[in-house]
Amino acid sequence: MSETSAGVEIRQLHKRFKGGDHDAVDGVDLSIRDGELLVLLGPSGCGKTTLLRMIAGLEHPSAGEIYIAGRRVDQDVPPRARGIAMVFQSYALYPHRTVSGNIAFPLEAAHLPRAVIAEKVRWAAELFGIAGYLDRYPRQLSGGERQRVALCRAVVRDPQVFLLDEPLANLDAKLRNTARDELKRFQRQIKRTTVYVTHDQVEAMGLGDRIAVMDRGKVRQVGTPHEVYEDPVDTFVATFLGQPPMNLVEQPGGGGRTLLGFRPEHLLPSDHFGDREPLHPIPLIVRRVEYLGSDRYVYGTVEFAPDATVIAKLPANIGRAIPEEEGGRLDFAVPERALCHFDAQTGARVRR
Amino acid sequence: MKFADREDLLGAAMLGPALAYVILLVGVPFVLAIMLSFSSATAGSLTLTWVGFHNYSTILADPIFLRALRNTAIVTIGSQVLVIVLATAAAQVFRAAFHGKRAARFVLLLPWAVPVSLAAIAWTWIFDSTFSVINWTLRVTGLLHGWLYWLGEPGLALFAIIIVQAWRIFPFATVIVLAGLSSIPQDVVEASIVDGAGFWRRLFKVELPLLLPVIAVAVLFGVVYTATDLGVVYILTGGGPANTTHVLPTLAFQRGVLGADLGQGAAIAVFLVPFLIVVAVLMLRVARRTEVGAGGIGAR
Repeated sequence: MSETSAGVEIRQLHKRFKGGDHDAVDGVDLSIRDGELLVLLGPSGCGKTTLLRMIAGLEHPSAGEIYIAGRRVDQDVPPRARGIAMVFQSYALYPHRTVSGNIAFPLEAAHLPRAVIAEKVRWAAELFGIAGYLDRYPRQLSGGERQRVALCRAVVRDPQVFLLDEPLANLDAKLRNTARDELKRFQRQIKRTTVYVTHDQVEAMGLGDRIAVMDRGKVRQVGTPHEVYEDPVDTFVATFLGQPPMNLVEQPGGGGRTLLGFRPEHLLPSDHFGDREPLHPIPLIVRRVEYLGSDRYVYGTVEFAPDATVIAKLPANIGRAIPEEEGGRLDFAVPERALCHFDAQTGARVRR
Repeated sequence: MKFADREDLLGAAMLGPALAYVILLVGVPFVLAIMLSFSSATAGSLTLTWVGFHNYSTILADPIFLRALRNTAIVTIGSQVLVIVLATAAAQVFRAAFHGKRAARFVLLLPWAVPVSLAAIAWTWIFDSTFSVINWTLRVTGLLHGWLYWLGEPGLALFAIIIVQAWRIFPFATVIVLAGLSSIPQDVVEASIVDGAGFWRRLFKVELPLLLPVIAVAVLFGVVYTATDLGVVYILTGGGPANTTHVLPTLAFQRGVLGADLGQGAAIAVFLVPFLIVVAVLMLRVARRTEVGAGGIGAR
């Protein structure tokens, strides 16, 4: 990253809250590139929001450094001077102000002339298609409209970095898909560095240029959605991403030191694969089959590791004829290229 | 069926005492006062002779009454302005985390818990013509060269009354404002910080507008408490010097009880009721409008 680009550089960042017995953010190093959308993904309590709030300046780090566009900000640069704009999960609109009053607020705080403010408010409102609601109050708007007002309020500041804290979490499922699409298009259009916090892996995969998977205050892996899904660095990332998650079973003959990982969609009937494909046979004892319309989930156990539940995800058109009764033995396999090996003790990936 | 299962009877039995209390101790005296204000009743006789608006026309032509009316307005408005400023400032202080916050909060609430008459007696010492701790303090710090006769000069006396009334109401207002502040979503405050609002902009453009309904309620209470209070003025100045610091309750007491002219005393006491009702309605409207403006359907 060059020193002048509008990226965010985080070095050995720690945060321990008063009275806490562990670090909420525990030594995070992260380079967020200029213009990319980086998703901070993790379960609740993993420190992703705390990390975002430290970038925003709403929390003070206990240790470490934060650079925005090459300038160190963690010590004494207040939120308003960091060149950031933030969208809160609740949207945090000013309830006593109209939509236009909300969008104008940061511009008024910057003492811009009235004419400029009015022009920018109109421009932003048109960008997000809410120009017709400028005189309404937040409570008169739907969730999706409020979210757009919050985005408008962020955009008019013309920030170097957007910080979004679960901006879609309060929308209903149907709206979330379109809002996600709009958000992505908008980000592509303005090409601003964006840090996006979510616990929803679908959102993360769909939106992120890169994803930083976090757990217990640490960043486990940073990579493109493809990398973190196909090439996880440890069992946490492997099982956190994917629905259903990656199967983990003890490797036969490994003395319990190695775990074998494979995604449910790679576990298929052996006769489905081509002759040249090197296969790893996984004989499956069926426990039950779940019919989900476009897919079927086959729950079962593996002969060589009877303790672990293994799930196979079969597209509707594959293996129609498999016997579904309990206890039936299925001749399944995983292609060698789709296998991951993990250290059973540490959970870390073992590359060979 | 057991008595406790009869909801109608149980309800009536439980509401009864409260209802009796309101009717006997508020309703009856109130109606009686209105009736008395249209009569020539005196403390000596219990005959009610209807005299129409005679008492009202008498007091309206009385410069002492007009002065008392003006004083009531000055004291009420003055003390409430002081209360709003002090309560908002105090609430900002008490919102911050500091050592001894609980103890400080306890001390803050003391004026509210002290009986009015006791507090007023203490204040007469603070304003005493010889021993006034205010005067001596100002003198020692070199801010005062002459001498202030707090309760001896009409203007100063009125100011002293305002101070005591504000002192009495402001803890309560602070608690209300604090409660209001804690009901403002943290996100909204943080959004304003990120949006670049400094302390004053945040206070005047975000917090105070959101607090307006709550402040309106606090002021409503304050207005009613102050405008109807007898104790503070009665003990501090007794309406003096030369009847210049009377407020309506003290004048009503002087005319109606000490002066035995029940009719006129009642007229003075009742005089304020329509004004207080108007104030109450206005305040409640402000409170409602702000809520509606903040989110209601009717605010187009």
